Amino acid sequence: MSDLTKLTLKAAVDGLKSKQFSSGELTEAFIGAIEAGNPKINAYVLTTFDKARAQAADSDKRIASGEARALEGAPLGIKDLYATKGVRTTACSKILGNFIPPYESTVTQNLWDQGAVMLGKLNMDEFAMGSSNETSHWGAVVNPWKASGSDTELTPGGSSGGSAAAVAADMCLAATASDTGGSIRQPAAFTGTVGIKPTYGRASRFGMVAFASSLDQAGPITKTVEDSAILLQSMCSHDPKDSTSLNIELPDFASFVGKSVKGLRIGIPDEYRLDGIPAEIDALWEQGIKWLQDAGAEIVKISLPHTKYALPTYYIVAPAEASSNLARYDGMRFGHRAEDVTGLTDTYELSRSEGFGKEVKRRIMIGTYVLSAGFYDAYYVKALKVRRRIAEDFTNAFNACDVILTPATPSSAFALGDTAKAADPVQMYLNDVFTVTTNLAGLPGMSVPAGLDSKGLPLGLQVIGKALDEGTVLSIASVLEQAAGFTQKPSKWW
Amino acid sequence: MAIDVATVKKVASLSRLREADERLESLAGELNGILGWIEQLNEVDVSDAQPMTSAVEVAAPLRDDVVSDGNKVADVVSNAPKTVDGFFVVPKVVE
Repeated sequence: MSDLTKLTLKAAVDGLKSKQFSSGELTEAFIGAIEAGNPKINAYVLTTFDKARAQAADSDKRIASGEARALEGAPLGIKDLYATKGVRTTACSKILGNFIPPYESTVTQNLWDQGAVMLGKLNMDEFAMGSSNETSHWGAVVNPWKASGSDTELTPGGSSGGSAAAVAADMCLAATASDTGGSIRQPAAFTGTVGIKPTYGRASRFGMVAFASSLDQAGPITKTVEDSAILLQSMCSHDPKDSTSLNIELPDFASFVGKSVKGLRIGIPDEYRLDGIPAEIDALWEQGIKWLQDAGAEIVKISLPHTKYALPTYYIVAPAEASSNLARYDGMRFGHRAEDVTGLTDTYELSRSEGFGKEVKRRIMIGTYVLSAGFYDAYYVKALKVRRRIAEDFTNAFNACDVILTPATPSSAFALGDTAKAADPVQMYLNDVFTVTTNLAGLPGMSVPAGLDSKGLPLGLQVIGKALDEGTVLSIASVLEQAAGFTQKPSKWW
Repeated sequence: MAIDVATVKKVASLSRLREADERLESLAGELNGILGWIEQLNEVDVSDAQPMTSAVEVAAPLRDDVVSDGNKVADVVSNAPKTVDGFFVVPKVVE
């Protein structure tokens, strides 16, 4: 029965519907995989097996009576960023260490309404601030992949490291994740999984712990492009409880998977050829271009001249929004409160200093600084104007092309405890160099595993689409997936 | 414009954070590193650019002015560090 954990979401949902196995059996298989693997991989920070068994039993009844919904009986992992009613939700921060939401996030509610089963809450960087999962209060996640001939523990990426590792290690069929600067796509690339960040506003942010509200967007991490389309379909919805959620009809995302890309124009931005990027990544990019040409697409050179300014812009906008969003953690109404303190300001300061980790505090301070009197125009307003330029770059580029192809990350997975990155925050931030632009512009971006590097570690390609054109992104991604034939799995050590 | 230890202290206090004195020096270094890297934005000509505040241009939606939620005192205080009779207990604010 353990083979059931290796199924794709699509195959599992089909198998359940045709009664080849029950949701109870499938759920037990995943529970077994989590019990065996999680002590080493640390992908789950909380398991909800009783709830999973109850949901599976309910799904089996529905399947028996012919009332199966889109995700009926499918066991999923949920990033700890999503508020789950009655189930501890911490965003992997000590400050929310015992928070039990009395409400459900819209995205997860949508999944339960479609019959999904919750296996537990997945590890992440604290408040989604990080690229290596090392800022989590619950400890880092270990990437299921290791370099050939090496025993070094690698990062699964971040912030959705738990989501990516759980999918790669067959500890769930698929997982929810979220992406503010690359937090779906970078971990997907590091673990040989697929991840898509849809257009800003496709999914409701209600009940997602806020990091940077104008950039945060929900999305799935899955084993295949088709699975991403399926899960994305259920995650997205218009929601009156999120005023930025878009009130427009959802296309049938799965119908775009496997569609011909003949005649589509693929933009290749020169500015994404960075100095110091491994030659293997350039080579993989060239290979991706070739695959799309072979599928009948036309390759167009484009220019996104403000690309190099995207990360610095992000590191003003995101911390500014974060410093405001995280002001709510004051130790008064919920979350950690420092003990044995009497004064109000002392309570605020000590509760927050004890509750927030180092990286979160650093970003709150950057955000506070760039919003403070005297610096607001020089930093914050300036960044908002450069953000406009970055968005205009894409608008101009999309006059000449239909989608854009780039590498997903500037390297493959690196070691946990990388001292250079720990010593210099900017080195860590550079992980998002290829992904952050789409968050600033609000565009859909998808990472697809495309090959292994010389160390035997996965590398991904990124497909960027026009606003609301996830469909074409999925079509391109499925061509890349087919051509790459990426079926490698990490060798099991856990 | 380098950030010194005094500025770090001020920003920490504006952020309602308290950093140990021995951490201030290294924080100043880290913040200077990040802000120095951000300085490159000054190369960009933004003279005619409008600040971009949202990723997708949509008008803020209006809803009917009706009560749609409420009467959830127990839920609201369920995660509070200290409560009495449905109220939050907070440190003394006025001396």
